[in-house]
Amino acid sequence: MYNNEMKLEFISKSSNEAFARIAVAAFASQLDPTIEELADIKTAVSEAVTNSIIHGYDKKQGVVKISSWLTENEIIIEISDKGKGIENVEMAKEPLYTTKPNLERSGMGFTIMESFMDKMEVESVVGLGTKVTMSKIIKPKEDKDEDEFKMLTANS
Amino acid sequence: MESKFYEKDKLLVLKVTSEIDDHSVQEIRRKADYEMERYMPKKVVFDFDSVTFMDSAGIGLVIGRYKFANMIGAKLGVSNLTQSVKRIFDMSGLLKLIPTVELN
Repeated sequence: MYNNEMKLEFISKSSNEAFARIAVAAFASQLDPTIEELADIKTAVSEAVTNSIIHGYDKKQGVVKISSWLTENEIIIEISDKGKGIENVEMAKEPLYTTKPNLERSGMGFTIMESFMDKMEVESVVGLGTKVTMSKIIKPKEDKDEDEFKMLTANS
Repeated sequence: MESKFYEKDKLLVLKVTSEIDDHSVQEIRRKADYEMERYMPKKVVFDFDSVTFMDSAGIGLVIGRYKFANMIGAKLGVSNLTQSVKRIFDMSGLLKLIPTVELN
């Protein structure tokens, strides 16, 4: 079961992108992640929140919700909006696919979420909104130390 | 963002000093285009040395400036890529198009 849980709600202002990723990173830090693992989580959260703000709500104001849970060795993050939804999720997940090239969007958001996290799922209903659920295993410190020990002894 | 223009080499260095996301990129983009139009450089280099966070907004930023540089007859390069910045750029294939250069 879950060891900890948090919920966060904020309006769809782009200045909240930094707030959201820093808040989730602070929550994740309870699992004692490496700097790289933390950077991965921050980047994935930033991508999902940005999607909700610029695609989900476009120029309208709405609420972005984040729920997150910690288990012994995993963080689960759910980011949702009640925006316009995605017509074709498979197409949206394709690298370089973007509906907003004029805003210099790269179309790499979902690709980054998928590769920086261990799991990523998108549920979306046109007119109702989008929910992205991602999770990442954070190895406990002892395992990391053991890996490092193995690497050191393998090299000697 | 800090910028520095080297008259002799017609080189404009744009040093990004903030995190790069969809929010901050708007100001960076505006300043970068302004400086390029002001100096009309032959070479433009984005310096990422002080960038502590960047998401996919950085890809759009660099590709957009690459197009703008082409339009004014300048070449664009990137410099001092941290590991996390490089990882994002690598995913987009951007570094096949835009050279990584050394700044002295």
